[in-house]
Amino acid sequence: MNTTRRDFLTAAATVAGATATHDAAHAEGHSHQDLPSDVELRVKSLESLLVEKGLVDRAALDALVDTYEHKVGPRNGARVVARAWVDPAFKERLLANGTAAIGEFGYSGNQGADIRVVENTAKVHNLVVCTLCSCYPWPVLGLPPVWYKSAPYRSRAVIDPRGVLREMGTELPLEVEVRVWDSTAEQRYLVLPERPAGTQGLGEDALAALVTRDAMIGVARLVPQQRETRG
Amino acid sequence: MNGIHDMGGMQDMGAVEYAKTEPVFHEAWEGRVYAISSVMQATGKLRLGLRPPMEAIPPGEYLRMSYYERFLTSIIERMVASDLVTRAEINSGRPDPGSVKATLALSPAEAVAAQLKNPATRRNVPVAARFHTGQPVRALNMNPVTHTRLPRYARGKSGTIERDHGVFVFSDTNVYSLGEKPQHLYSVRFSARELWGHQAAPQDAVYLDLFDDYLEPA
Repeated sequence: MNTTRRDFLTAAATVAGATATHDAAHAEGHSHQDLPSDVELRVKSLESLLVEKGLVDRAALDALVDTYEHKVGPRNGARVVARAWVDPAFKERLLANGTAAIGEFGYSGNQGADIRVVENTAKVHNLVVCTLCSCYPWPVLGLPPVWYKSAPYRSRAVIDPRGVLREMGTELPLEVEVRVWDSTAEQRYLVLPERPAGTQGLGEDALAALVTRDAMIGVARLVPQQRETRG
Repeated sequence: MNGIHDMGGMQDMGAVEYAKTEPVFHEAWEGRVYAISSVMQATGKLRLGLRPPMEAIPPGEYLRMSYYERFLTSIIERMVASDLVTRAEINSGRPDPGSVKATLALSPAEAVAAQLKNPATRRNVPVAARFHTGQPVRALNMNPVTHTRLPRYARGKSGTIERDHGVFVFSDTNVYSLGEKPQHLYSVRFSARELWGHQAAPQDAVYLDLFDDYLEPA
């Protein structure tokens, strides 16, 4: 980055940060609306403070952002699911001890210590939520999307899972049992979706390409494939 | 605490604003906040958990703020509570005169390694389980003003122990550095009708992970 520009931004952030932080700390009773740029400046101010204090290395922040933007995400989970579809012994290990079986792929990390995998069948549909905050199986799905952390999803997934699913495009038959997993403590949940019809003969990579993030949260079901489908 | 964060079962929050795909971070600052929080956590010097400061945000503000704005509030409160920064420093953006420079900054390799390591909240210590799989239990009717992982919608409700996960650090005390209090954590199945009445389908259920301290025999 251009050094002059960074210095300018840092100086500006320091000035603006003082005001914005004051407002946030005394926000009770205010209807003050922070503009996004205020938040941005507060964060720049905080980052430069922490670097100056020897608490943070900017390059370490860059590396973490890069890890979650490019290296960890739902493609990890999709590979796990595809393996479970083609390898019954792996599937058995996955359902018995999710963390260990997922570890076979080298996937581990924050929010991954105790991952439990729950299996969708013709009779059971699983749905994952964290009503209290944002718990999510990071090593296999990456960081959660905004809607997963939002008030509408967190509030309604437990009381009206069928309504939430309908709103998101999936109508569940009445006879299917819906199991909602509210990740309240140390467990993180990954849904093992049903293997879609019409995928006989597809290899693991081609199958993985069919697995969506939403199906692994349980807010969607995978659609049957046409016979000519190729991965 | 019976705060706005404990929103399971509320019905007035509107439709889910679903996006099929979205960037990992919507703005660059979100990634910086997330990363700052992660590296500070990895120093092991934070004496307050992520969630208590988020849960202390007044309801109106909580609902207005984006997720990473709450994250920002939380990491600032945690660093101040842990004597790593002062409020004056947060406000000025500069180290206080005479403050000593720390040597806590993680290198990029250390930061990524810490992030990709499974966190250790499980404890391999012999603690007796108070309940067993298949046993009917009731979640306590309790209303602490501090952090808890027992949501309001399950308090006083009866369910069945579905699985014993083993022994874990107790969040309610550990987030305040008030002791690990290791104890069994269970998956408890509550029928949807027990929680929500007859509007729920008879076969549907909600599973919660609940600590020994939240439960009593039913």
